[in-house]
Amino acid sequence: MDILSLFVIVPLLIVLALTFFAKDLKQARLISVVGMGIQFAMSINLIFAYLKERAVNTNIMVFTRDVVWYETFNIHYIIGVDAISVVMIALTAIVLLAGVFISWKIDDLPKEFFISLITLSSGVFGFFISTDLFTMFVFYEIAVIPMYLLIGIWGSGPKENSAMKLTLMLMGASAVLSVGILGIYFNSNADGGALTFNILEIAQVNIPEAAQNIFFPLTFIGFAVIGALFPFHTWSPSGHASAPTAVSMLHAGVLMKLGGYGVFRIAMYLLPKGALNWSDFFLVLSAFGVIYGAFGAIMQKDLKYVNAYASVSHLSLVLFALLMFNKTAWTGAIIQSLSHGLLTAMFFALIGMVYGRTHTREISKLGGIMKVLPFIGAIYVITGLAYLGLPGFSGFVAEMTVFVGAFQHPDMFHRILTIVVVSSIVVTAVYILRMVGKIMMGSLSNDDYKDLPKATWFEKTGLILLLIPVILIGVLPLGLSEMLKESIQPFLERLL
Amino acid sequence: MNLESFLLMRSEIGLLAILLLLIIFEIFSNKKQKAAVIPFALILLAINTALGFLPLASGELFGGMFRTNALLYFFKTTLSLGVLILLLQSADWLKEKVVDENKASEFFMLIISSLLGTYFMISAGDFLMFYIGLELTTLPVAALVAYDTYKRISAEGAVKYILSSALASGAALFGISLLYATTGTIYFESMAEILTSSNLSILGFVFFFSGLAFKISLAPFHFWTADVYEGAPINVASYLSVISKGAAVVILMILLFTVFKPLMETWNKIIYIVIIATMFIGNLFAIRQQNLKRFLAYSSIAQAGFILLGLMSVDQLGTATIVYFVAVYIFSNLGAFGVVQAVSSFSDKENINDYEGLYRTNPKLSLLMMLALFSLAGIPPLAGFFGKFFLYTAAASQGYYILVFIAVVNATISLYYYLLVVRAMFLRQSDQAIPYFRSPFYMRLGLILAAIGILVAGVYSPIYDYIFSISNTFLN
Repeated sequence: MDILSLFVIVPLLIVLALTFFAKDLKQARLISVVGMGIQFAMSINLIFAYLKERAVNTNIMVFTRDVVWYETFNIHYIIGVDAISVVMIALTAIVLLAGVFISWKIDDLPKEFFISLITLSSGVFGFFISTDLFTMFVFYEIAVIPMYLLIGIWGSGPKENSAMKLTLMLMGASAVLSVGILGIYFNSNADGGALTFNILEIAQVNIPEAAQNIFFPLTFIGFAVIGALFPFHTWSPSGHASAPTAVSMLHAGVLMKLGGYGVFRIAMYLLPKGALNWSDFFLVLSAFGVIYGAFGAIMQKDLKYVNAYASVSHLSLVLFALLMFNKTAWTGAIIQSLSHGLLTAMFFALIGMVYGRTHTREISKLGGIMKVLPFIGAIYVITGLAYLGLPGFSGFVAEMTVFVGAFQHPDMFHRILTIVVVSSIVVTAVYILRMVGKIMMGSLSNDDYKDLPKATWFEKTGLILLLIPVILIGVLPLGLSEMLKESIQPFLERLL
Repeated sequence: MNLESFLLMRSEIGLLAILLLLIIFEIFSNKKQKAAVIPFALILLAINTALGFLPLASGELFGGMFRTNALLYFFKTTLSLGVLILLLQSADWLKEKVVDENKASEFFMLIISSLLGTYFMISAGDFLMFYIGLELTTLPVAALVAYDTYKRISAEGAVKYILSSALASGAALFGISLLYATTGTIYFESMAEILTSSNLSILGFVFFFSGLAFKISLAPFHFWTADVYEGAPINVASYLSVISKGAAVVILMILLFTVFKPLMETWNKIIYIVIIATMFIGNLFAIRQQNLKRFLAYSSIAQAGFILLGLMSVDQLGTATIVYFVAVYIFSNLGAFGVVQAVSSFSDKENINDYEGLYRTNPKLSLLMMLALFSLAGIPPLAGFFGKFFLYTAAASQGYYILVFIAVVNATISLYYYLLVVRAMFLRQSDQAIPYFRSPFYMRLGLILAAIGILVAGVYSPIYDYIFSISNTFLN
C-alpha cells in the first residue's frame, strides 16, 4: 500500500469502525480522534517524505501510482502529489483533527455525525491526491454530498433551507463541471493519441483554442462556485451560519479550497488559452467579490455571517491571485488558501465556543467576554489580528505576496483592479476590529455571563493545533514558498 | 433443428418450465399447501437466474425469427435477477394478503409470463415475433395492476393501463404495416438493407416509435404512468418501472441502431426533442408529488429521458452505456421500491411526510432508501453515478454538449426532489414516526441484493467493461 492511498483508506476504515463498533458518544469520538490523529501524523510524515523525495525526484508528481479502473474509457486511478497538494493535505488533516476536538460534546446522533464528517474528509483527501480527472471528480462529489446531512441534521437556524441551497448550488456547479470535464476528455486526443483523463498527459496536449474558449468557463465556474465566486457565493453565508461549528470549520477551512485548487490544477492548467482569453472577465468578478464580501461583512449582525462574508472576500482574493498569471501571485494564492483555511477555522471554532456558552451570536448582545473567558478572548484577538494581516502571522505573508504579484502587471487594467482590491484590507480591518472590540473588550454586557465556564482542554487543543501553523507560516514564509516554487514551475511553462 | 440449436432458447425454456411446474403445483396442492408456492417459485427462478451466468452461444432460430447473442443473453439474465429481487420483496405481501385469496400462484405465473414476453421481445428477429413478445409482456401486467381486486383505484389503474396499451400496440402495429408496405418484409435484417428515407417509411417509423414510447413512458406519451403506478400494488409498479421499461428501452435501441439506421437523421432529431421533454416533464412533476408511488413514477419518467441520451451515439459506446445504465437502474429503483413496499406492508403508509423521522426508528431502511435515491440522482460512489456519467459521455462523444448540459441541469433538479425524501427521513423528527419494525426474511434478502447491486455495480469496473466488450455483437 502506497502512502497516498492510505489517506483515503484510513478514513474509510474509521467509518467502518464507527458503523460497527461505536455505541455512544464516548466511543465514537475516541475512534474519530484516534483515526484523525493517525491521519494528522501521516500528513506530517508526508511533508517530510515529500521533501526527501523531491531532492532526488524531478518529476512533476511524486509518489505516483497508476491503476487501470475503467479500461474502455481509459479511466485510471492515478495518484500523485506535488507541493501544492501536500500542503493542502496537511491543512485538511489539521483542520479535521481540530474539528473533531471541537465537536467533543456533540449530543445528537454522535456516531452519524462523525461518520458523515469523516466520509467527507475521505473525499477531500482523495481529491487532493488524484491526478485523473474522473477520479478527482468522483472524490469531489463525495466531499460535497455529506454536507447536506451535516448541516441539515446538526445545524441551527433555517438549517433545512440552508442545507438544500448549499447542496443544490454545489451539485449544480459540479454538474456544469462534468460537462467541462467531458469537453476536455473528448479533446484530449487533439495531438493524436488516445482519449485520456490523465491530467499530466492532457497538459502536454494543445487543445484547439475554440474548444478551450467553450470549456474553460464551464470548468472554471464549476470549481469557482465552491470557491465562492461572485455571484455564485450565495450558498456560503447561509450555509456557514446554519452549519454546526466543526462543519463550518471544515467547510470554510478546507472544502472551499477545493475550488481554488481545481481552478488552478484543472481549468487553468489544462485549458491555458481559454484561461488567458477569459481571465479579464473572471478577474473583474473576483475583484468585485473581494470588495463585496468585505462590505458584506461590515453590515452583518451575526458573528457567523461576518466570518462567512469575510470568507467570500478572502477566497475571491485567491481566485483573483490565480488569474493574475505570475509566479508571485500564484504562490500568494496558495499561501492565502492555507492561511485563510487555518484562520477561518479558528474563527468558526471560537464563535462556536462563545455561542455554546452565551447562546447568542449577535454582536450587539455580546461584550467584555475577555474578562470571563481569558483564553478564548486572547486567541480571538490573535486570530482577528492575523486575519487582517498583522506581520508575524500567516495572513500578512499571504496578502503581501498576492498584492506584490498582482502589482507586477504593468498595464492600467490590472493596476486599477489591484488598487481597488488592496483597499479591501482597510475594510477588513474595520469589521474585524469592530467585532473584536465590541465582543471582547469593554464591560460585560450581561450579568448572566459572569460564570461562563472556562475553555476546556479539548477546546484548547483544537485551537492550539490551528494556531501553530499560522505562526509558523508567519515567521518562516520562505520555507513554504521555497517548497512551492518547484511545483509552480510546470504551471508557468504551460501558461506563460 | 437439432437439440443444440434449440438450447439457444435456454432462458426461455427455463421460464416456460417454471410456468408449467407452477401450474402442476397449483393443481395438485391442497389448501394448506398453497403458501408453499412462494419458496417453490422463488427457488425455481433463482436456479434459472443462476443458469443465466453460464455462457451461451449466439445464433438464430426459426429462420431468423428468434435470435440471441451475448448482449441479449446478459440482459435477459439481468432482467431475471431483477424479477427475482422483486419477487423476494413481494413474497411477504403475497403471504399475508394474497395466499388467503388463493391467488398467489397466479401472481407468479403472470409475472413470469410477462418476463417471458420481454425475453421474446428483445430476442425478436422480425416484427411479428416482436409484436407477440410485446403483447405477452403487456397483457399479464394489466391483470397484475388490478390485483387488489376490490380497491377502486387499482381497477381504475388497470383500465387505464389496458386502454393506453391497446392504443399503443395499435399505433405500433400500424407503423409496422406501413413499414411493411414500403419494404415488403418484416424481418429486421432484410428491412435494414432495403429501408430508405421516404415519407411513408418515416410515417411508419413515427407510429411505431410512439407505440414503444408508451411502454417506456416517454413524454408526451407518459400520462398513464403516474395513475397506473399509484393504483397498482407496489411490486407491480416496481415491475412496470424497471423490467418492462428496461426491456422496451433495449429493444428500441436495437431497432434504432439496426433496422432504422437509414432513418438516423430523422430519428436523431425526434429523440433529441423527446429526451429534453421527458426529462423536464418527469422532473418538474416529480417535485410536487406527495405519494411515493407517484413520486417514483415521475422519477422513472425522468430517468427514461436520461437513458435515451445513449441513443445519440449509434455505436458500441451507446449500446454499452444504455445496457449498463438499465442494469444499474434496475437495482436502484428496486432498492427504492423495496423500501416503500416494506414500509407500506408494515404500516400502510405511502406518503413522503409519513417518512418523517424514519431514520431514528428504522435506520437501516432509511439508509438503503437514501442510497437508492442517491444512486438514482447520480451521486458517487454509487452505481447510478457511473451509469449517468457514461450516458453523458456517450452523448458528448457525438458532440451533443448542449444536450448534455440540459441533462446535467435536470440531474440537479432531480437531486432536489430526491433530497426531499432524504430530508423527511433524516432531518425531520416526528412523534408519529413509523415505529421500529423488522422486515421478514425474504424482504431483507431482496433489499440486501438491491443494496449490493447499488454499491458494487459502479465501483467494480469489470461489469461495465464486460458489457462494452459484448456490445458490438448485434451491430455488425
